[in-house]
Amino acid sequence: MSEQEPITGIEAPIYLKYNFTAGAAPARFLSQVKRGVLTGQRCPLCEQVYFPPRGSCAACGVPTQEEVVLADKATVESFTIVAIPIPNNPIKPPYIIANLVADGANLSFIHLMSECVNEDVHIGQRVQAVWKPAEEWDYAMDNIRYFKPIDEPDVPVDRIGKISVAGWEG
Amino acid sequence: MSQPEILNQAFELGYTYTRSTGPVVGRFLTELRDRNIVGIKASDGRVVVPPMEYDPDTAEELSEFVSVGQEGEIVSWAWIKEPREAHPSEQPFAWAMIKLDGADVPMIHWVRADGESEVSTGARVRAVWADETIGFMTDINGFELV
Repeated sequence: MSEQEPITGIEAPIYLKYNFTAGAAPARFLSQVKRGVLTGQRCPLCEQVYFPPRGSCAACGVPTQEEVVLADKATVESFTIVAIPIPNNPIKPPYIIANLVADGANLSFIHLMSECVNEDVHIGQRVQAVWKPAEEWDYAMDNIRYFKPIDEPDVPVDRIGKISVAGWEG
Repeated sequence: MSQPEILNQAFELGYTYTRSTGPVVGRFLTELRDRNIVGIKASDGRVVVPPMEYDPDTAEELSEFVSVGQEGEIVSWAWIKEPREAHPSEQPFAWAMIKLDGADVPMIHWVRADGESEVSTGARVRAVWADETIGFMTDINGFELV
């Protein structure tokens, strides 16, 4: 055998290549996001507003068609502090990934939080979207770079997910 | 609500695994880098290529490496008319079980040939080495008909 180090490991990556087609509801949602507008869909039976919309209500099993424009303010429903970086994202660990409920919606979506003290982030905290410049907007939720805390009173746990699009009066 | 445009996007999910080879497969790959092919001697005397770590009959740990030839015989094969992206050749080729000289069991690899009619069970083949060997199965850049 040669002078080189013996082989002890190999690269064995597996790549799964998909062509993702968004479908009607996500396509509509993404087209609106491209214009800087957040839209959910309301279930005709339980009246919950889904954001992002999937075209149906998971609880009632019926199509959702009514479109609802939401605010870019939201409430922290839950969160975690992450210690590993996201490929191709400038956010530096430790950073926060949170389940947020947008004002006007009833169900949470996942996004980043920044411009915050990680140790001070808490359930019920009020946050607002920090958008990229409009000329960079694409069909993607990362048109919003992250959410940052705003100076509004906390939302009690039993009111999270029940804030109207008009906002939280405290 | 207006009809949404249809949005499509390529999406690649990558599992970027690295795998530990262990001492036996590691030795096999290290030898490939040096352009040697080694097998291992099992308890019944058979030479197994690629080498395995444990005896198939007794489950004893195996350690007696044996160099085998770089030529061998096609035991069975399948012609690939339309190679796919992950295949080792862009041209049509044969997957083949090849029993190398000095080995007692065949090893799977690929055979380059101008057409399906050139390939036959019992045909002699010879390993083609990659220009640069790195200690990977593709160091053998296919087999050619002798």
